[in-house]
Amino acid sequence: MSEQATRTSGYMQQDQQLRQEIESYLFYDAQLLDEWRLEEWSEHFCEDARYMVPALDNPDGDYHDSLFLISDDYLTLMSRVSQLKGRNAWVENPLSKTRRLITNVQASEDSDKRIHVRANFAIWRFHQGLSLTYVGRYEHTLARVDNGLKFKVRKSILDMETLRPHGRISIIL
Amino acid sequence: MTIDDLIIDDAEDRRFRVERSVFTKQQILDEEKENIFNRCWLYAGHESELPEPETFLARKIANKPIILTRAKDGEIRAFLNACTHRGNLVCREKAGKGKLLRCFYHSWAFNLEGELAALPGPEAYSGSWKKEDMGLTPVPRVESYRGLIFICHDENVEPLAEYLGDVTEYIDLMLDFTDAESEIAKGEQNYCIGANWKLLVENSFDSYHGLPTHGRYFGKFLNDVKLDSGSWSELNDGDSLGGRSYAFKNGHALTENPARPTPLQIRSQEELADIKKRLTAKYGEERANRITGFNRNIFIFPNLFLIAYWRTIRTFYPVSPDYMEINAWCLLPTNDSPQLKQNRLENFISFLGPAGFGTPDDVAALEGCQKGFAATNRDPGWSDISRGMGKDIADSTDERQMRTFWREWQRRMATQETPVDILDNSDAKK
Repeated sequence: MSEQATRTSGYMQQDQQLRQEIESYLFYDAQLLDEWRLEEWSEHFCEDARYMVPALDNPDGDYHDSLFLISDDYLTLMSRVSQLKGRNAWVENPLSKTRRLITNVQASEDSDKRIHVRANFAIWRFHQGLSLTYVGRYEHTLARVDNGLKFKVRKSILDMETLRPHGRISIIL
Repeated sequence: MTIDDLIIDDAEDRRFRVERSVFTKQQILDEEKENIFNRCWLYAGHESELPEPETFLARKIANKPIILTRAKDGEIRAFLNACTHRGNLVCREKAGKGKLLRCFYHSWAFNLEGELAALPGPEAYSGSWKKEDMGLTPVPRVESYRGLIFICHDENVEPLAEYLGDVTEYIDLMLDFTDAESEIAKGEQNYCIGANWKLLVENSFDSYHGLPTHGRYFGKFLNDVKLDSGSWSELNDGDSLGGRSYAFKNGHALTENPARPTPLQIRSQEELADIKKRLTAKYGEERANRITGFNRNIFIFPNLFLIAYWRTIRTFYPVSPDYMEINAWCLLPTNDSPQLKQNRLENFISFLGPAGFGTPDDVAALEGCQKGFAATNRDPGWSDISRGMGKDIADSTDERQMRTFWREWQRRMATQETPVDILDNSDAKK
């Protein structure tokens, strides 16, 4: 996974059309998640995709040899979605209310037509008296498939030092 | 009302009840800090986290900022993380390498043996002030068992090996799963639950809740990832898992269930079979079967779980009666293939941890219990821990392991010396 495009140090002239396209895509992604339309959301993943949330003390770690909070391959992610829609994911039964703010979107396309995305997020989760805020950045890789965009890599890197007072990541980040 | 009145332990009537005020009262927590957390051996870290001389790490252990060091002599020491001058945190990094720990406030610098090595303008001190008296305050006792570092704030505590007693047989079974060394994988799980810490003691070796609470893992996830979960899917809520629980002196206890497959056992079948061959060569067939054939949740009183199946070290501390902090690590062999390592890590987080398919529902359950404790009439009400009481052999889905914890809790909390036989006849280890 090339992170070159999203980690460039200086100001880079962005392809504004691409950036707008990706921004719209991320806004729609956030809407599907906030509305708990998880089946629709799950259609936007390639079958070799991976969804990751690194440990908070090791945000740059490699999932091959580090303990992550989430490191789902495609089957595991699809199971996560279907569990959340089911009855006995008790932590999300009843479902929480979430609200996502997505900003600072950057995007670039490499020679293999992979789109490297970087964006900031703040996600609120409200549930049974709790109000929790998850803050971080996305480092996604998207592919153009069937006239649309699909995730190859969805990586949500949290900025908090610990999951306190959060205690859980029961929603999709 | 004394501590003795908070637990009803009636062997004849086979009832065991705990008054719910033990989960809600600040006074109870204050006494726990003094009688339990200041007196017992507490897990502090793993020797692999201090991999070479002149390394250190700083973490809160039972809410106290502690520094662990490995000095150039190779020895592991523990100090209170507070400058002896005016109290500022001396070490503000999670971990590091170096010869000195320097407090930034007035630039007092301590070496990893704890001695005050340097300070600006020492000539201004006179009288009885001596630099050699101003070293970091040590935690009085630091001992390790097979790489597991424990500390104790009570200098008169019995030696660690004696404190652990016979439960070391089962710690060994967890640690002997590899013929190589073990090390802590990078990446910690640092999270919390809005509930009393003792609820996580109960929960962490509660086989009875496994199927009702975690149906989405056992009934759904295992099928979703194309694992033939045959031996799991035959089970119904309340069924025995065919396991046992065992109780030990000092309140240690464990549950032991026959190993049923999780994705790891399928995906790494060949390599695990190869490891088992090596274990058989090293330990003989019987012991190799004992090592690999069971999942054990081993509890070391008061707040450590070693969860063999997921290679998990989990410890936790109360912050307030209704809030605890949890730290968990993954302990892996140093000689696994990259693929097996990845499979073990993924297996761990597919169930355990704040984003797994198990732990978040435990978090929800424990927070629900804590909320439920506010549902009272004029008295606090009771929690029932009677399951399987009076049996000669305790099933893992019984609650003997929890009663063992509570009896030791009561023994240590009692204001007067009340004889409490934590291994009483009805619940004794067979």
